[in-house]
Amino acid sequence: MKNFGYSINKDRQIDLDKSDQRIALFVKQHEPSINICISCGTCTATCSAGNYTNLNLRKLILSVKRGDIIETKAEISKCMFCGKCLLACPRGVNTRNVILKINQAIEKFSL
Amino acid sequence: MNFHPFVIPFSIGFIVLIFILLYKYFSLFYRLDHQDKSKIYKGVFSLKFFKAIKEVFLESLLHRKIFRVNPLLGYMHTSLAFGWFLIIIGGTVESKVHSHMALKMPYDPVFFNFFNTDLSMYRWANEFNFIMDFLLLIVLSGVCLAFVKRFYSKAFGMKKTSVLKPFDKIALYTLWLIFPLRFFAESFSAGLYNNGGFLTGTAGVFFSSFLPLKNLLVPTWWAYSISLGAFFVALPFSRYMHIPTEIFLIFLRNFGVKTDKIFSSFTELEVLSCPRCGICLDKCQLLKSAEISDTQNVYFLQSLRNKQLNENNTFDCLLCGRCQEFCPVGINLNNIRISQRKHFFPENNNFEYLQPIAIATPKASVIYFAGCMTHLTPTIKLAMTGIFEAAGVDYLFLDKDSSICCGRPLMIAGEYTKANELIEKNKKAIIESGAKTLVTSCPICYKMFNEDYDLNIEVLHHTQYLLQLTEKQIIKINKTNKKVVYHDPCELGRGSGIFNEPRELISHLADISKIKEEKEEALCCGGSLGSVNLSFNKRNNIRKDVLSVLQEGNPDLIITACPLCKKTLQNGANTEVKDIAELVMQNIQNQ
Amino acid sequence: MEYLECLKYSPSKYFRHSKLKALINVNDIIMKQKKVIVIGGGISGMESSTYLTSMGYDVVLIEQKDKLGGKLLKWEKLFPTMSMGKDVVNFLNKGIDLAQVKVELNAKIINAVKEGNIFKINLDDGRVFESDAVLVTTGYDVFDARKKEEYGYGIYDNVITSAELEEKFLSGNDILTNSGKVPKKVGFVHCVGSRDEKVGNVYCSKVCCVTAVKQAIEIKEKIPGVDAYCFYMDLRMFGMHFEALYKQAQEKWAVNFIRGRLSEACENMDGSIMVKVEDTLAGKPLRMNVDLLVLMVGIVPSVGTKTIGKMMGLNFGPNGFFKSLDQHSMTTVSNVPGVFFAGCCVAPRTINNVFVDARAAALMTSSYLEGYDIEKRIQEK
Repeated sequence: MKNFGYSINKDRQIDLDKSDQRIALFVKQHEPSINICISCGTCTATCSAGNYTNLNLRKLILSVKRGDIIETKAEISKCMFCGKCLLACPRGVNTRNVILKINQAIEKFSL
Repeated sequence: MNFHPFVIPFSIGFIVLIFILLYKYFSLFYRLDHQDKSKIYKGVFSLKFFKAIKEVFLESLLHRKIFRVNPLLGYMHTSLAFGWFLIIIGGTVESKVHSHMALKMPYDPVFFNFFNTDLSMYRWANEFNFIMDFLLLIVLSGVCLAFVKRFYSKAFGMKKTSVLKPFDKIALYTLWLIFPLRFFAESFSAGLYNNGGFLTGTAGVFFSSFLPLKNLLVPTWWAYSISLGAFFVALPFSRYMHIPTEIFLIFLRNFGVKTDKIFSSFTELEVLSCPRCGICLDKCQLLKSAEISDTQNVYFLQSLRNKQLNENNTFDCLLCGRCQEFCPVGINLNNIRISQRKHFFPENNNFEYLQPIAIATPKASVIYFAGCMTHLTPTIKLAMTGIFEAAGVDYLFLDKDSSICCGRPLMIAGEYTKANELIEKNKKAIIESGAKTLVTSCPICYKMFNEDYDLNIEVLHHTQYLLQLTEKQIIKINKTNKKVVYHDPCELGRGSGIFNEPRELISHLADISKIKEEKEEALCCGGSLGSVNLSFNKRNNIRKDVLSVLQEGNPDLIITACPLCKKTLQNGANTEVKDIAELVMQNIQNQ
Repeated sequence: MEYLECLKYSPSKYFRHSKLKALINVNDIIMKQKKVIVIGGGISGMESSTYLTSMGYDVVLIEQKDKLGGKLLKWEKLFPTMSMGKDVVNFLNKGIDLAQVKVELNAKIINAVKEGNIFKINLDDGRVFESDAVLVTTGYDVFDARKKEEYGYGIYDNVITSAELEEKFLSGNDILTNSGKVPKKVGFVHCVGSRDEKVGNVYCSKVCCVTAVKQAIEIKEKIPGVDAYCFYMDLRMFGMHFEALYKQAQEKWAVNFIRGRLSEACENMDGSIMVKVEDTLAGKPLRMNVDLLVLMVGIVPSVGTKTIGKMMGLNFGPNGFFKSLDQHSMTTVSNVPGVFFAGCCVAPRTINNVFVDARAAALMTSSYLEGYDIEKRIQEK
């Protein structure tokens, strides 16, 4: 890209009206327990992969709900699927299936 | 040569069946990979061949495994399969004895009594008549039982019987008709020509007293032939395909061919061998406790055969292996399911971030790998480290601070290629430590280390390891007077065949009492990672039912040997739940 | 005798008009005096039996322990006022004394049944009490923190519960770690056994958030220089002045609030506790060591609530507390006519709420015994 000596900053706001809700709708339809997350962060605190990388399931779920596809795609692949978050979640969110569904949505919509 | 037009339906059916079977089996064989093919070539000329014949005899004809599930159900299968087999043998011998022609039409023994009315011609006619009638009676009793079973399955120890498809129905109804029609046809012949054994002869005399046998004779033989022909044509497209396929399967399995995590034409053979008997339905906790009725293997394999797999019935299953344990055909149901999960699991994982991580592994003689879940049940890991120290073992706690998953949860969800990256990372650390023994507290990890890591060191679950320490008197433990029950973790019990070590270890510590469903029949706690999409509520329902079995005799303690089982059971139990390692640590004498 | 007739329906009026005492044979009246048994001598049991006795009923307050006061006996200071728990106990006892409530201590109920309109309560010493109404005030237990094994209660010495910390406050001794050191950092874990479906408790216990704030302030008061950290999911400062207490904790005492629920705790070599949590506002996993970890244990139905409820055939709600006939209008009324509830056996409540509830239950019990016309509303329900 040419360097013009300046760059245009993207709007920092989440524009929920224009956000891409495809993954969110897909996951909500097939694993509705994504709706009952209370963002307590237990999953992230216990995450095995979280020791090595900044995989953060709580944020990932938020990214999905807010339509942040780039963030979602970047993080989801790091999950080892070990299931610790499933055991730790106080709400009974089916975390592993949420992750599987997000992966499927990414594939389905070729994101 | 004997001939009558009514043999045509039978002959056509027979020829169609032979051709379809030959085509299917040749194509299955052709698609096997080189390794499997060479196993078969070697197997044919070895003792394995005779072992396979023995197994075919025991399983396909005598149905030993079904007897284990329920004797009445076993008798039904044996009477039909073995009885029919003996009728074929008996009929062939009979027709051979009768005339010494080397080549005969295949229908000759089948319709023997129609063509050979004057039996004074050959030797042992009465004996043959008696034997053939006796066999027919046995088969008829089996048909009666099958008939009853369709409408009243509880007597056979089965709560559910599988739902049928159109071809299954044709095959089933024609199968029901074959032997009664044979009975009528032979009785009518016997009545007309005044021969026959104790059954057909007597019935013949009886029927001749009020029926116009002359007019009925040929139509009845026609009906008999048509029912046979129709059954043969329907067979390859129905559940009865399992009859010939299972025989083929038993040979291949004895030669060492098996289903791993990848779908092969042998897997296809296994899928076709499913008799749809529905025994798996009865063993399935999802059906009993979670109201899921489409994921059981009889339906899963059916949808796989019909290429109508759906995600839910692929992922719901807990992979507890109860159905596999009782499958009369011995199909590797869990691996077949795992092989199909990848179709729904996008290959998106990326573990590159693990590459630069260096796991420092100081030398030690024993490596302890607690497992991810054990970090949420710290009493187990504290008990283990306490025991290691009490026993003076030079050990390394590999996943003390941070762990890399063993890979099994990912693998059984269908992503086995990416699981390999996790395997490689852990394997390197294990080998670098130079340890001779790997001990793990998690049965999931144990099964993985044992079967998929290819480690050249001793891999032990802590139940085995602690029993070793006890028996070698490296640790001394006190026996308490507590009354306990033991919950078999799926991956440790059925998954790895470790039933006795934990029980033996417990017997050094407490009084262990038997429970209703244990060992091979043990129930899954509901926490299994085998299922990906089973909801929290349904898992809780499963747990509730398991706990009612475990707590039935009001034990002082429920003992298990898996952090996941412990945590799952603990959250719903009125009784205290402990891991076996905790019990050891509590009662250790070593200073 | 016309007085007697009217008193049949309303014996309580008699006691208010001492003039009547002179006119009528007291024994005749006593025969008609309605009896009430109050089960459980905590705040609600004490306050309701005080009022019921004063209203003229023959009340017996049955308590299984050797002292009245319930869980409040183990509490030092109360939120949000920081007034003393013992002052409230004294207030309650004064009521018991003034009204001359008949109290049965060390009494264990082995059976409770309703025969016709009469309740029969059997004690383990063989005595049987009869009554026309029963007021159940069996209260709560604190959540057994060992069920959250990953937090290390009962495993690591420096993990204690909020109830134990309160007892330490009450004892007046210095707050020390297990090895006798003065803690430099103290962590408070909110929602232990509350809002946790994995342990079967879906509900919020209501009082733990503000108790954590209160205890954090007290720790700061008692140990100069100590750092206090509250690990919370949501801070539910619903009561009057609760928010002010929270603000005070920040402003005056510099208590640290970290939004994240603990996943696990481990013990370090020196006995300090390492907690693993996500700082959800920073969006990153966080690890830190504390010298003392306090688990804010939630409120669960007491063992007594479960056993008495089963004996009397009372309905339980999905959380295991008693189920009221109506959640809005009849919180103190049970499914069995003549049995009423008050206090924490119905739901987690603050002391203020329990007082209101106890007095309301006394009123509802009286209304039932007097057979007021408005009772029809309840019977129709």
